Amino acid sequence: MTWRSPLALVRDALQGQRARERELRSLVSNLPYEGQEKGKQPNRFFLSNAIKTTKYSLLLFLPMNLYEQFHRLANLYFVGLAILNFIPVVNAFQPEVALIPICVIMLLTALKDGWEDFRRYQSDRKVNNTPCFVYSRREKQYVERRWKDVRVGDFVRVVSNEIVPADLLLLYSSDPNGVCHLETANLDGETNLKQRIVVSGLGAANLGFEPESFNSTVVCERPNSNLNHFKCFVEKPDKDKVGASIESLLLRGCTVRNTNHAVGFVVYAGHETKAMLNNNGSRYKRSKLEQKLNVDVFFCLILLFAMCLIGAFGHYLWLESLPGVPSFLVPDSNGHLDVPSLESFYMFFTMIILLQILIPISLYVSIELVKVGQIFFITNDIDLYDEETDSRVQCRALNITEDLGQIEYVFSDKTGTLTENKMVFRRCSVMGTEYPHKENGKSAFPTSPQQYSSVMPFTVMLKSVGHQQLPRSRWSLEAEDISPPDTQRHGRRRKSKVAANAHSDAAFSSPLETEVIPDQKLLQQISRAESSGGRRDGNRSFDPHLDFFLALAICNTVVVSAENAHRQRLIIKCVSYCSIVTFCYAVTLTQECTSPQSSQMRNPLETFSSLVKKAGAFFQRDKRNRTLSEDPVIDSAKTEDEADANRLRTCSLHAPSQNGSTIVEAEELCYEAESPDEAALVYAARAYGFILLARTPDSVTVRLPSGEDLVFEVLDTLTFDSNRKRMSVLVRHPVTKDYVLYTKGADYSIMELLGTPYAENFSGTEKNIAADTQYHLDCYAKEGLRTLCITKKVVSESTCQSWLGERKRAQAAMECREELIMQTAVQLETNLTLLGATGIEDRLQEKVPDTIVALREAGIHVWVLTGDKPETAVNIGYACRLLEEEDLVINMSCKNKVTCTAILDCTLEEVRRYRDDPRNAGTTQNISLVIDGNTLDMAKSPDLQERFVELTKHCRSVLCCRVTPLQKSAVVKLVREKLKVMTLAVGDGANDVNMIQAADVGIGISGQEGMQAVMASDFAISRFKHLKKLVLVHGHWCYTRLANMIIYFFYKNVAYVNLLFWYQFFCGFTATTMIDYWLMIFFNLFFTSTPPIMFGIFDKDVSVEVLQGVPELYRTGQGKGEYNFLTFWIAILDAFYQSLVCFFIPYLAYQDSDVDLFTFGTPLNTAALFTILLHLGIEIKSWTLVHWIIMLGSVALYFIVTLAYTATCVTCNPPSNPYWILQNQMADPMFYLIVTLCTVVALLPRYTFHVLKNSVAPSPLLQGRQLDR
Amino acid sequence: MVKEEQEESSNRPDNTAFTQQRLPAWQPILSASIVIPMFLLIGAAFIGVGVALFITSRDIQLQELDYTGDDSEHPCFKCRTNTEKCTCSMTFSIPTLFKGPVFFYYGLTNYFQNQRKYGASKDDNQLYGDLNYFTSPSTDCDPYTRDSKNMPIVPCGALANSMFNDTFTLSHTVNGVQKIVPLDGKGIAWWTDYNIKYRNPSITPLINAFNGTKKPTNWPKPIYELDTTDVYNNGFINQDFLVWMRRAALPDFRKLYRRITHDDYAAGLPAGNYTLTIAYNYPVHSFNGKKKVVLSNVSWMGGKNDFLGIAYIVVGSMCVVMSVVMLIVYARFKFAEDV
Repeated sequence: MTWRSPLALVRDALQGQRARERELRSLVSNLPYEGQEKGKQPNRFFLSNAIKTTKYSLLLFLPMNLYEQFHRLANLYFVGLAILNFIPVVNAFQPEVALIPICVIMLLTALKDGWEDFRRYQSDRKVNNTPCFVYSRREKQYVERRWKDVRVGDFVRVVSNEIVPADLLLLYSSDPNGVCHLETANLDGETNLKQRIVVSGLGAANLGFEPESFNSTVVCERPNSNLNHFKCFVEKPDKDKVGASIESLLLRGCTVRNTNHAVGFVVYAGHETKAMLNNNGSRYKRSKLEQKLNVDVFFCLILLFAMCLIGAFGHYLWLESLPGVPSFLVPDSNGHLDVPSLESFYMFFTMIILLQILIPISLYVSIELVKVGQIFFITNDIDLYDEETDSRVQCRALNITEDLGQIEYVFSDKTGTLTENKMVFRRCSVMGTEYPHKENGKSAFPTSPQQYSSVMPFTVMLKSVGHQQLPRSRWSLEAEDISPPDTQRHGRRRKSKVAANAHSDAAFSSPLETEVIPDQKLLQQISRAESSGGRRDGNRSFDPHLDFFLALAICNTVVVSAENAHRQRLIIKCVSYCSIVTFCYAVTLTQECTSPQSSQMRNPLETFSSLVKKAGAFFQRDKRNRTLSEDPVIDSAKTEDEADANRLRTCSLHAPSQNGSTIVEAEELCYEAESPDEAALVYAARAYGFILLARTPDSVTVRLPSGEDLVFEVLDTLTFDSNRKRMSVLVRHPVTKDYVLYTKGADYSIMELLGTPYAENFSGTEKNIAADTQYHLDCYAKEGLRTLCITKKVVSESTCQSWLGERKRAQAAMECREELIMQTAVQLETNLTLLGATGIEDRLQEKVPDTIVALREAGIHVWVLTGDKPETAVNIGYACRLLEEEDLVINMSCKNKVTCTAILDCTLEEVRRYRDDPRNAGTTQNISLVIDGNTLDMAKSPDLQERFVELTKHCRSVLCCRVTPLQKSAVVKLVREKLKVMTLAVGDGANDVNMIQAADVGIGISGQEGMQAVMASDFAISRFKHLKKLVLVHGHWCYTRLANMIIYFFYKNVAYVNLLFWYQFFCGFTATTMIDYWLMIFFNLFFTSTPPIMFGIFDKDVSVEVLQGVPELYRTGQGKGEYNFLTFWIAILDAFYQSLVCFFIPYLAYQDSDVDLFTFGTPLNTAALFTILLHLGIEIKSWTLVHWIIMLGSVALYFIVTLAYTATCVTCNPPSNPYWILQNQMADPMFYLIVTLCTVVALLPRYTFHVLKNSVAPSPLLQGRQLDR
Repeated sequence: MVKEEQEESSNRPDNTAFTQQRLPAWQPILSASIVIPMFLLIGAAFIGVGVALFITSRDIQLQELDYTGDDSEHPCFKCRTNTEKCTCSMTFSIPTLFKGPVFFYYGLTNYFQNQRKYGASKDDNQLYGDLNYFTSPSTDCDPYTRDSKNMPIVPCGALANSMFNDTFTLSHTVNGVQKIVPLDGKGIAWWTDYNIKYRNPSITPLINAFNGTKKPTNWPKPIYELDTTDVYNNGFINQDFLVWMRRAALPDFRKLYRRITHDDYAAGLPAGNYTLTIAYNYPVHSFNGKKKVVLSNVSWMGGKNDFLGIAYIVVGSMCVVMSVVMLIVYARFKFAEDV
């Protein structure tokens, strides 16, 4: 280290600052500068890769933590009081004593913070010291370094299954296609593999990569947190620019998969990486209860001031009433007595110090502790644990647990939230002909809503049907079997579920749902097309049926990962993970290693049909003697699972045993799709023999039913975006050499782009394809299917080439790249030719109807917001029992504002009439509203929103269809602000993020669509059904617990402080305490602090079963809830009453006696302890062992500590001297008599009130509790 | 198999009664049917205790003599404004035997010994016999720390300075002859005060310990001369001093002066005429106070106080009444529900 002048250091710092702030950064390789001093390094201004997430450092912990803590107003208040106590004229206690409570509380907080910070420090150190390989010029190879040593401009080599240490620009991959697969689960939770492509045009990528020869400049944008966006270009020495985007960026924290090794150039390091920029820690929200609480703290402040004023005024009167200067009036040190008015002014402040605990100092800390406990119980609830994904409920916002108990409006997304988001190909329409796929319907579950809500009577069992010996390829098909609704069997099956992890007792989640049984008619169509066109290669692909399936197989971004070895970690972790979450479907494909007799050419399609027949036969047979056949299968499944932990390989294991003569090479095809729809379509294509075998950035390999592998050259992929609502793939057909654009997308976005009907060689009757298809699409929508249109376009070579050039320019553009890319896409996607349409079913998640009914019964308005068509949405609405047959359903869909206003007024009138109708008086109104996006926009306009909100207030459920993410959040905000209600939004996808953030409580479902929703949420659950317990049970509990705890806390402090206050009337308002200071402080800090915390964590007013069975009980927490103006003031009044009793009974009993100060105070203190604890005892609804231990422990602690203190402290705390007081008192029967009387009289009214209320007018909660018995 | 499963899913919450909030619990529901017997029981017990307390309190005899002398007829009227040493005497008669042991109290009203600064104005370490605090008393004692010549005051502070200094003698008129009733000044203070909290410095003679210190300004004689007859009743462990130093909780209080346990009066004060002679020193007009002498005998519950007994009886009766109310409520609502 050489010495550098401070000026140079400052200059460097400024330069560094400027370099970091700049919009564009130019980065060059570090290698030429290796070994040189820091000042010469070109990238020295950028942050290093070492991270530090700790808040404090060892030296500065104390001042920084104190600074942090003093940000809290409450802490400041108490420190202020403690300082006040150091001023001699106003002090009430020994100055040091007054510091104890605040010190204890701040110490506790500091310990907590310190521990958390230490944990962060440890994890930082671990991360920083993770090894990685960085190229070194000196050693001419990659050498092992630590993560923290990686700098911008370094070349880092990552190998398979290794975590990327910094944001790397991918320069080389061992994959021959220059692809590197990345798993971003650590970053966004998405488990499907993503492809990253080597920056093209940087020399021969495949011949290995020489970092030393890298002499280009990388120009990239300033770091930002957007995970899906990155702009950069590489400027070669010859000034040629190559664009690079997120497609070439390996993000820190991701795992490299399926790629042997890759080399990247570090563009961002450390805290500038996208992963770190996204890491914002947990969110802080203020709950409604806490806001109310602050109001009440303010009331307490007023009360305190009033009491202090009374004290000051009383002191003045007292001084004035004295005729002379009695000997008990102590002048100041100069022997001078202040005038009464000044003395009473001082007394005001002394009183504040004396009565300070009226403002509950420990309340805030206690609330935090209670919430920690509540969150512990929520996250540990086994009912909220999802076995398939091995995930618990996550509480991301730590301080709004009680808001869950006050929800009045639930806004839910549909896809992925109510439904599985596990798409199953159900029906399709090709060239205007509908293929209903009846077999699929059979294996599917009954779709009537009633069936959904009942306990699943069926279990799906996997069964390997059999293995067809085929000449060219061998297939094994796994078919579903419906087992009988036998409860005994069901119990057994649950056990077997343990063995075969993927078997869920709910059939919805069975991976085999993705299996498509081909439609016979369509199969015949295809085989006919195949056979007719099979010989004439040039013409073959013109058959629209074949084209349709080719489009399904090609037009997507599904990644095929064939090698399983690279994902070992995943497979070991959880089998179902692979098969369900990532749609990895293992096709057991035995390769064509056939015996010589294979010349016997048979069409695989025939094989299929025969297979289907056989499968059907198997079904029949199996149903007859299922008792015989099933159990062995379970056993075999068990053993196989033990054997290789991969259920899906079952079939391939069977294969060799049956075909011992053939050499079998098993290959598993794993499809990883970004959206489940795509996966479903690929499976569908596969079922018809069009198998997607491989996908690289430049090519797609598809196996045709004939067994022939076609390699399509992919010229470009026009990815999906929510504006276009479609995606396209431009390929070159290997046989016809045509440039073909396959486009699929939402029907309304496709239909308007259609050009002339398909080929000219079709007769006029078929020109109605579009109309027919549209009709089918509408039918699908009515069934609740998701629809997609598939189109094709043949592009001439010249158009194609010019377009490609334009496209390339757009992609390299640094500015408005998105718009340009979008424009080019729109340019090409015109004059499409309709091939057909598909209907994909998105099944409801299990127990969704049940949950929605429960939420509705709980008095919660349920809104479902979906992007689907109204028909689809309404259908799903009925299926999930959002809408009921007997409901009054209002349908609002209008084109312009005038009609919208009219409809709104009309329906409002109708709703009012409906409500006022005496016939409906007794019944709860069940009005539902269905509204579409356009109408919603109009209804939201300022002049109509009042009426709209008024209308929705009467609606139990609202279904909004065709809404955009922005509308979703706007609706939530509208309802939240206009109605002043507690809202909850639940969703699973990126499109729900706005809504989740807008609501009071945001719930993310960690589902198929990545983790953006979860990242934005306050709570993350894995299934919609968990919402029921989370809201109805945990929400209710958390709310009642915390509400009652807070009320109790206020009561406790007021009751205790008032004892001191009443005494002021008998000591000339001189702020004397009749209790030793230490004991007084201990009283609040130790003797009575744990019971309320325990109460807030453990108390259980009504059991889980009752809360779930009687959702109406949830209404007690809604709106004002249990913690409101009334309950607060009742508690305060009760506190006044109890303190009066606890003070005046001893006062009257000791009147005119020789009682001394502390002897008088001891029974008061003890009576207050018992009263305060037993008051809680009345409030506690269920006494567990924990309750007993803490309650009895508190009493024991009081006596032990007080006895020990009064026995040992002779002169330790002058002038207060409680020596032997309690011992003396405990030897006196009067003590017990007084304490007993005080406690009984103090609690009698509350007790009697509870008893009378419970008998005369039992609350719903009490009736709920009685149900428990 | 099951074990393997558990290993596999590490994230699964523990299925224990505690984490699942299913700990066995006692869930009392407060309703009329349960509390009726409870109320009855409490009522009966309280009435019993109350009656016992009331009877005990009734049996306690009490004789109060106000000797402030506000009234011009009063024999002590002359001493009220007199700053000189003044003695006055009052006569009273006891109609029946005043059962012993009789406690002799002096009482003050409107005297705020519980004034905060007053109570803090003492030096515990000094009173513990620590000589370091003789020369430099705690500032708590201000302004009674040093006298005008800057000599430290021992015992310092307002509390000690304002010590009650009236003295009394009681004489029984037997056949026209005044017979002094012996007053026992031993054991009137707390045992812990006498033995632990207060100590004389271990210097003999005691007077030497107080070299270089001054007596409190209001005191006629220094602390080591409070009782020259008895070494164990002198200095800081003087019983009268200890009694005074134990602050009264309320402004109207009495403090034990002597007990009558000796000679003929061990069984109590016989009926007859008595004369109380008062050395009237302590000024009370500055706080509108009254001074009195109280003769009382004590029971297990202390002095005479009817309040507690009455309170117990009232609360007990209320409980019984409540139980009847509960019964009505129970009959009206519970039975209606059952039908």
